[in-house]
Amino acid sequence: MRKGPVIITAVVVCLFIVSWIIKAVNVPAEDSVFRAFAQGFGVTFAAFLTLAVMSFLYRDNPFYKFAEHLYVGVSAAYAMSLGFWTTIVGNLFPRISEGLCNWFEVPYTEFEWHFLIPPALGIILLMRLSPKGGWISRWALAFIVGTTAGLNLPRFLRSDFIEQISATFLPLLVNWHGIGDFFSNLSLSASGQLVSILTNVVIVVGVFCGIVYFFFSKEHKGAFGAASRFGIWILMITFGASFGYTVMGRISLLVGRLTFLGHDWLGLITR
Amino acid sequence: MSNIGVIISLIIISGGLLAILIYSLRGRDVDRRIIFLFVFIAVASAVLFNIEFKEHPTLIVKKVFDKIENLPSGSRVLISFDYDPAMKPEVHPMANSFVRHCLVKGHKLCLMSLWPQGQALMTETLEEVILEEFPEARYGEDYVMLGYKAGNEGVLNVIITDFRKMYATDARGTNIDSIPIFKEIKSAKDMDLILPIGGGKPGPKEWILFVGDPGNVPVAPGLAAVVAPLIYPYYPKQAIGLLGGVKGAAEYESELRQKYPRFRDVYAPALRMMGPQTLAHIVIMAFIVIGNIAFFRRKRSETGA
Repeated sequence: MRKGPVIITAVVVCLFIVSWIIKAVNVPAEDSVFRAFAQGFGVTFAAFLTLAVMSFLYRDNPFYKFAEHLYVGVSAAYAMSLGFWTTIVGNLFPRISEGLCNWFEVPYTEFEWHFLIPPALGIILLMRLSPKGGWISRWALAFIVGTTAGLNLPRFLRSDFIEQISATFLPLLVNWHGIGDFFSNLSLSASGQLVSILTNVVIVVGVFCGIVYFFFSKEHKGAFGAASRFGIWILMITFGASFGYTVMGRISLLVGRLTFLGHDWLGLITR
Repeated sequence: MSNIGVIISLIIISGGLLAILIYSLRGRDVDRRIIFLFVFIAVASAVLFNIEFKEHPTLIVKKVFDKIENLPSGSRVLISFDYDPAMKPEVHPMANSFVRHCLVKGHKLCLMSLWPQGQALMTETLEEVILEEFPEARYGEDYVMLGYKAGNEGVLNVIITDFRKMYATDARGTNIDSIPIFKEIKSAKDMDLILPIGGGKPGPKEWILFVGDPGNVPVAPGLAAVVAPLIYPYYPKQAIGLLGGVKGAAEYESELRQKYPRFRDVYAPALRMMGPQTLAHIVIMAFIVIGNIAFFRRKRSETGA
């Protein structure tokens, strides 16, 4: 066995224990010893997992792998247990069995036979685990795919197609009462007339040129080509904005973890 | 201390960036870990020295604030915690601000989640905001926690017609018919405002598609930055306003502090995040500029040769 990984693991374990003890000692005196050590362990373990995940930026390593697998496992287990208590106990049992409701101490409503269909489909779905009866699970899957498609189609058609088209039909001159009125009330306020007009022009022209770029039945030359080129510029600006937002989101996560490390773990910063 | 911190951080970062510019102009590649290190220094120094900037609400955020502000006291507001700990730093401040604003205005709050991990974060808001800052708020009369329900958009498709078909009980196991808030609520259409917070699926988009549009209920989403550009097209027709990432959250916190002095001393995480955000963005922009200078210089020398 190589010495390097053993030494690193030993150092990490030692630091973990030292941090655990220091955090446990610093918990307010009114808490019990067990509670203090539990709280100290919680904060130290969270800090360890944060650093383990961040260590991937340097290179892949066993600490990162441990944190990654733990996260996946805990998330799946948490979702499963919560799903059981909120959906099966909270939603299904009150509709199918008074005895089960009494057992789990939830109020019984009334028997509704159609609530037996979802658990039946669930059991059919679990048949996938059976080597011989795996094909039966396709029925439940077909139901899921069919209902999801059926539910989504009218909603997307309305909200993402019709409503979006109607949202593009905008007046290019907002609150227009003549050129004199426009210049006498000229303002750069976000709710002002000038900005409103510019906003609508950008939306209408941007959508039109963006669609032109994806129209391949005609060669992109002349005025059509110019509109297409403008369309690609609009698309690039959109991708740039998305990238900017993504950077902001990722930095927020880093700030969140560093705040945790600096405040909750090391106690270096105050809120 | 803060000003000294800013100066020290800027000197270290600028010096380092200058060194990298010279290094890359000599035709050498910069290791990606150097970029990570600079972003880390920028963020850590801003966090450590508590660098803060003033925020002013943009129109799109102000519309959400004004909507909650102008609703009559006792209006029914639904907040959906559709996120997990991975999104928490940027969207959880929005949830806390919405809850504070709604309770201070006397609105009736209905809290739910379409994400399993959302329920734990909802409980965090309950303990840190509602119980701590609004001890007078009564469970069942001023706010209720419906908790998490599996089923994604299927849940929304049911509650648009009848809450009781999906929620026989609240998160505490109380029969929904015995909760005072629900005496006047049959479906999601009876809500005066819906504030979905999240950035995945199901999330704010599903709320617009499955509840906002068909039920004609005003929706004002709080969004993780990654999905904000995808939801912008729904504004202003299908979403009355929106909070995009931590910037939107910071603007909302700033407006809340401005309007209600009682929140001036309350911890505002989004406002605190804008300092690190600004420094980190400056570093990233500097790296983009350095990268482009090095690229064009190399290209020029190659074509020249």
